[in-house]
Amino acid sequence: MTSPQTPGQTVGPFFAFGLEYDGDSALVPPGSPGAIRLHGRVLDGAGEPVPDALLELWQADADGLVVQRSGSLRRDGYTFTGWGRAATDRTGTYSFTTLSPGVTRPGSTQHGDPPFFAITVFARGLLDRLFTRAYLPGHPHDELLASLDEERRATLLARADDHGFVFDIRLQADDQGEGETVFLSHSGTQD
Amino acid sequence: MTTQADISAEIALLAEEYASAGVVETGVRLDYPPYRSSLLRHPTKRPVQVDPEGVEPWSPVFGERDVGPLEADLTIQRGGEPVGERMKVAGRVLDGDGRPVRRQLVEVWQANAAGRYIHQRDQHPAPLDPNFIGMGRCLTDDDGGYEFTTIKPGPYPWRNHHNAWRPAHIHFSLFGTDFTQRLVTQMYFPGDPLFALDPIYQSIVDPRARARLVATYDHDLTEAEWCTGYRWDIVLTGSAATPLEEEE
Repeated sequence: MTSPQTPGQTVGPFFAFGLEYDGDSALVPPGSPGAIRLHGRVLDGAGEPVPDALLELWQADADGLVVQRSGSLRRDGYTFTGWGRAATDRTGTYSFTTLSPGVTRPGSTQHGDPPFFAITVFARGLLDRLFTRAYLPGHPHDELLASLDEERRATLLARADDHGFVFDIRLQADDQGEGETVFLSHSGTQD
Repeated sequence: MTTQADISAEIALLAEEYASAGVVETGVRLDYPPYRSSLLRHPTKRPVQVDPEGVEPWSPVFGERDVGPLEADLTIQRGGEPVGERMKVAGRVLDGDGRPVRRQLVEVWQANAAGRYIHQRDQHPAPLDPNFIGMGRCLTDDDGGYEFTTIKPGPYPWRNHHNAWRPAHIHFSLFGTDFTQRLVTQMYFPGDPLFALDPIYQSIVDPRARARLVATYDHDLTEAEWCTGYRWDIVLTGSAATPLEEEE
């Protein structure tokens, strides 16, 4: 039996006091062993920064294992939970401190599944959440990436920088129809 | 200046187009021009369908460490009683197959009884309530049940168009058993006269789908000499996970 699902609605402009909390974007303490930064900007269809977006990050640990540990809302500084939340600032920039995710389910395919950060996007003006993946560079063997043309594929690839990775999210294509981040729906979810 | 009549005409036109198209929609539209802020913030390309991989068939875990039992009562956070109609909001979180979502995080935030949010960008001249913050959390129980005690939020003005008012609502944030079930939405109150005027509510163009966001007054939840009660169940998308997850 399937029940009709409850529709989504925008987070609106005032989510800060409801959803943000101390330590939300620090999955590990900055400067701790293995800590990297995942950061970038959220942009609208005009290429303007979106200063009232919220991103959620869900990822495997450094060994590629799915973490099932509580403590994301009250971090103890030692337990890696794999989940965090970061709002954009007035320049549309978000930033997480986290670990680089390992190759998931090693041995499950010839190359292992390429590591990615699973990301959910919310914003004022965005009526429902969006899902995407930020793939780490250097792992070309992936079914999704292989299915996309080069322009679209590029939107899913994080770029290495001195402290970790950069991943920008563009909610809407430019007037040439380009640059829009690839967003995902999932089989089996009626989405 | 865009008036309510302009926005209402746009809403009516989109509703007519939907009714005559004969294709049932169950969700919210991302591209809904009467909600002006959506114009540059909706994707123009269809989402790419993928099989959930890696972490995606799983959800983060929240537990007693994350959420204290008093966080579900929004009326006791500041020492004094907030002004407004005290009420309970209770219901169940279910997946698309009707199974309860157990021990999972529910977060809410809302305006106070005067329709004012604790946020520096909300500057409309309604009073802040020193005894009300307006955010709460709980974990669902083994039956998927949640319950909050709060006060009824007021409608509040916004700047989508001239004299725009949002119907009273509580924001809800929900997790399922899979990352792919994540949902943020808004709960409304029955019979709100602002429904027809509100482009955010009307961005769900199917009337039955829209009605799923409206709570039901429940006299069995209402407590004598104490508070009124509203019931609202939430259904997430189906879970892609196999029954094996029950062993977790």
